[in-house]
Amino acid sequence: MEFETVIGLEVHVELKTDSKIFSSSPNHFGAEPNTNTSVIDLGYPGVLPVLNKKVVDYGMKAAMALNCEIATHTKFDRKNYFYPDNPKAYQISQFDQPIGEHGWIEIEVDGYTKKIGITRIHLEEDAGKLNHEKGYSLVDINRQGTPLIEIVSEPDIRTPDEAYAYLEKLKSVIQYTGVSDCKMEEGSLRCDANISIRPVGQKEFGTKTELKNLNSFNFVRKGLEFEEKRQREIVSSGGRIEQETRRFDEATGTTILMRVKEGSDDYRYFPEPDLLELYIDEDWKARIRAEIPELPNERQKRYVEEWGLPVYDAKVLTVTKETADFFEATVKIGADPKQASNWMMGEVSAYLNAEGKELHQVALTPEGLASMIKLISNGTISSKIAKTVFKELIENGGNAEQIVKEKGLVQISDEGTLLKIITEVLDANPKSIEDFKGGKAKAAGSLVGQVMKATKGQANPQVVNKLLQQELQKR
Amino acid sequence: MSRIQAEQVKHVANLARLAITEEEAEKFTKQLDAIITFAEQLNELDTENVKPTYHVLDMKNVLREDIPVPGLPQEEVLKNAPEHQDGQFKVPAILGE
Repeated sequence: MEFETVIGLEVHVELKTDSKIFSSSPNHFGAEPNTNTSVIDLGYPGVLPVLNKKVVDYGMKAAMALNCEIATHTKFDRKNYFYPDNPKAYQISQFDQPIGEHGWIEIEVDGYTKKIGITRIHLEEDAGKLNHEKGYSLVDINRQGTPLIEIVSEPDIRTPDEAYAYLEKLKSVIQYTGVSDCKMEEGSLRCDANISIRPVGQKEFGTKTELKNLNSFNFVRKGLEFEEKRQREIVSSGGRIEQETRRFDEATGTTILMRVKEGSDDYRYFPEPDLLELYIDEDWKARIRAEIPELPNERQKRYVEEWGLPVYDAKVLTVTKETADFFEATVKIGADPKQASNWMMGEVSAYLNAEGKELHQVALTPEGLASMIKLISNGTISSKIAKTVFKELIENGGNAEQIVKEKGLVQISDEGTLLKIITEVLDANPKSIEDFKGGKAKAAGSLVGQVMKATKGQANPQVVNKLLQQELQKR
Repeated sequence: MSRIQAEQVKHVANLARLAITEEEAEKFTKQLDAIITFAEQLNELDTENVKPTYHVLDMKNVLREDIPVPGLPQEEVLKNAPEHQDGQFKVPAILGE
């Protein structure tokens, strides 16, 4: 039987505000346990939450960037559950009036593009963190009250690769808006996946399983691939899929049963009595809309249309706003777009990957890169020397002209100077000349190499080749 | 016929992690049923032209600026905890998640 896979993703993103959603406690990652809390986060009796205005701004911004309609009347609700990660025994969330609905993003996989719907985006508070030990658990309440948006996709995703592309795009768009770092390793972006299969052509969805513990986009893809295969094998051999929650095991690449779901969860949502209604008028919406920067898709289009870059380059350069901003600044100073793109995707990216750094953590500036590209274009330095200059620029900063001057790296194109060196090299290598005359073309290559060596790589290779050929004919 | 059944009471008690006896379940069933019946008098009102309300206060958009204040000292936070370790609350082992 032919099966179709149906995937929906729930993504939680922590918002980068200075204080928490309902209290004034500091909202930052990595503090000593239980030092970023207040009586509100700790769930003391008689305290009242007050909504952080910036959380609403940020939630709207993300929702708008993801093409959602923004609610005008919205409110918060209580989701009741008992678990020690939340001392209040309820999470303040949004139930029936989420801040954003009916959004979508466009993904590209294997050369085809596809729109993935976003059902809703709502605001809520994060819970504390549990550290499980043998026989007991330790609770750190620092994360309690961290503002979150939950982004629920439509069940539009059909393959694990589409799920991966959706997450990459979501992360990219949200990072552009600046409302979150979306760092999975720090937990500021987390993903749960729902997956089911059905015979091709069937309208109704199959029974789904929910995957948890997906700590990287790659694990999301691997977990879904495993689960897809597992479900197909069960159904093909006449079995039935149970509605259950499964945990991805990184060590084995498999999914392991956590619990079987019996009926629907009973959270007894009701309107949060400690918070008042939220009314978002058109002025407020317009103000936030004006703050949304140009997003990756628009930038891609512009790079291709205005600067003639290949689509591939435009895509790679616009994944993060930091890279795109850097690239644009380099071009605006006067660097050739394709040259700048080659350096960004080549040497710059290789250096950052090798060092595990991001652009703002290295000394290279758009001015530095542009100055170097200019020196290559006008023939002042060879591309070989450029690598030396580049290393200096990315490690210590500065300007290429300055570096070339200080280190004496200017390319030697002067024929008189080069001729003198070539003559010396030829005089010292009668054997090579003989080989060349005897038909060994390779011998010329070794002579060029010696000239380059004698000039510490600064000789202009084209000029050297031309002069060497002339001189060899004369001998 | 009563609106609240003993089964519902037991279910809600379980969700609230409350242990109740059969006698209590029966007693609460009657009490809750009386409460619901009392509240149902509201249904007699004509609310045709009244907008739904979520809150008794006719106010909206009570917001604070995003200005952090330092958190409570850790010792203070842990002071009332029956047990703590490494700056964290110590609780019985959690199964499941």
